Amino acid sequence: MQRKIGGRGRVSRRQFMKNTTALAGTAAVGLAMPQIARAQSGQTVNLLSWPGHGAQDVIGPFEEATGITVQAKEYTGGEEMIALLQSSPPGTFDVVLSDAEYIHQLQQAGLIDELDPGDYPLEDYWPEFQKFPSHWVDDKLYSVMVDYGFLGMVYNTAKLSREEVDSYAVMWESKVEGKVGMYDWYLPNMMCLSLYEGNRPPHDISDEKFEAVKQSLFSLSKQMSGIGVWSSVFSQLTNEESWVMPGVGAWAALLLENDGVPIKAVVPKEGGLQWTESLSIPSSSQKKDLAVKLIQYLTSPEGQVREATKSAYWASIPNKEGWKLLNETMPEAAERLEHTFDKRNVMDEFKDGKIHIRGVPAQQDIEDWNEAWTEFKNM
Amino acid sequence: MAMAQNGIPSTNAAGSRRVSAFALVHALPMPVWQILFFVAAIVFLLVMSFWSVKSFRLTPDFTVANWIKMYSAGYFQDTYVRTVLYATLAAALSSLIAFPCAYGLAFKISPAIRRLIVFTLMTPYFTSYLVRSYSWKIVLTENGVLNTIFGWVGLGPFVMTSNLFATLVGYLTLILPIVILLQYFSLANVDRNLIEAAHNLGAGRARTLFRIIIPSAKIGIILAATFAFILSFGDFVSPSFLGGNKPPTLSILMVDAVKSGSHWPRAAVVALTMVFTLLVVAFAALTLAYGTGKRRT
Repeated sequence: MQRKIGGRGRVSRRQFMKNTTALAGTAAVGLAMPQIARAQSGQTVNLLSWPGHGAQDVIGPFEEATGITVQAKEYTGGEEMIALLQSSPPGTFDVVLSDAEYIHQLQQAGLIDELDPGDYPLEDYWPEFQKFPSHWVDDKLYSVMVDYGFLGMVYNTAKLSREEVDSYAVMWESKVEGKVGMYDWYLPNMMCLSLYEGNRPPHDISDEKFEAVKQSLFSLSKQMSGIGVWSSVFSQLTNEESWVMPGVGAWAALLLENDGVPIKAVVPKEGGLQWTESLSIPSSSQKKDLAVKLIQYLTSPEGQVREATKSAYWASIPNKEGWKLLNETMPEAAERLEHTFDKRNVMDEFKDGKIHIRGVPAQQDIEDWNEAWTEFKNM
Repeated sequence: MAMAQNGIPSTNAAGSRRVSAFALVHALPMPVWQILFFVAAIVFLLVMSFWSVKSFRLTPDFTVANWIKMYSAGYFQDTYVRTVLYATLAAALSSLIAFPCAYGLAFKISPAIRRLIVFTLMTPYFTSYLVRSYSWKIVLTENGVLNTIFGWVGLGPFVMTSNLFATLVGYLTLILPIVILLQYFSLANVDRNLIEAAHNLGAGRARTLFRIIIPSAKIGIILAATFAFILSFGDFVSPSFLGGNKPPTLSILMVDAVKSGSHWPRAAVVALTMVFTLLVVAFAALTLAYGTGKRRT
């Protein structure tokens, strides 16, 4: 029996390409996250985030109180997050936790919805964060800050003194040859080097200055101990494979300190970066009401305390009511996070002007920076 | 039809057809599997390597830009050579380290101890390779077990992580037991009469080893080295977790291409290059292993 070609059964080239693209996207992304597919039914909200936000220590009380299950898919870099959002089937994610520098990109691509400011406790936030520029486009809110922190360097206090790490220049010292580690993402490392090169803001630089940052990065090659994924950052510092790491901050140091590892975070004299994690609702979500509930929880005092002290990494929180609850329930953690009201706290660092909001490259393609990073790894 | 022409009764021919159908059903899963998960996957990769990525989104296209980009990048060329060298080194090292063990297993110990050792060679695979690799850090780091012992005798500390040494330790963790087992199975099948004959004819131990035992076990030794090469060539865990990602291997480059902007087409170029290399190596190894060279009469 011979099948007729053409007629109703015929698949047009356009249709074929469309189907193949969908298949490719689903295969490429879907294979990596079978749990998401399973979580499409019932009272489940799908969260795309950096590691740790979907863990039980953070969302446990929310699940208990609402009966809504949170399914988290984790990523480890901003570009990876955008790629996952772009190539996943519509409705895969209901809430996305993104670094603030990507919010405008997500908004312009039509990937996230406008939010109603009245839904969230923005008036309880520190004034600096109530109208955080990255979150607003044409006076419309697209994202709500959930936590933040500062990036400078982390260093081993048994091997290096506070004075020695007062400048990023320490990374070129012979003392730390073979002892400089980095997290495997171009953005925080190269932005810190951009600060060291004197660029303000560090992400908006000319091609000439970008070349200088590249050369600065390349010259560190012989000093390197290793470039690690998330877990490697902790193990490299714990095992003393790395004595100093740029582009990392209290998020790693506080957890290690808790375990008795002699690691501290510092913002060198050239300045540091603020990373900011923010919650948005993907336009394709079919469960936007549940998404709002999850964001409300994570920005509430209870959710904020959980976010500040989550097991994946500690972080600063923008909600003052969260600070109050943290001081009441976990005074020691409040002290270590510098979230106390009666002495110098993290907001003072912000006010000192040493902290720059981290941004994505403004004058070059992200690909150019990524390319430089790959070249560096190859050295 | 040929059977009918040869005058074989038709009932036998029907029976033969039944046997063929029976054999076909049993043989079918293998080609189906291969077509679905090897041929189709390779075709899919090949097609994808000509697509483009626009705003982080995979877009059907027909561009050779990905091939040009990767093949003209100095880091890709360096990484390709490096990965081949690392895998060759791992295959050579594991073969050399494994041979005395496999030889001892095949010829020098009692069957009971042999069974025990073969069993212990399988036990590492009870635990995930990732966990085994990661736990090497406890041994190799500056504060690790080895450097502590070296410290007691006034040596070190030596840098044994985030370098080639650590990567090779990881590769050997993955491949050494397999190489020993494959070599052992091959050596165990060497005809003992040939060895005795060599001794009777006055050949010394070394001559017997190089002229009789190794040539007789050639297929197993080459296949073991080939497995070692293949597994090391594609491994991500050791160069990443033990080698410190710097410098990278092709598997790291492939992950980077995807991580840094969903560049699946560039990752496909790397993957196809790896598959092609492995095919060449595998065919060369099979030719070397089963090639008869000069026919003996």
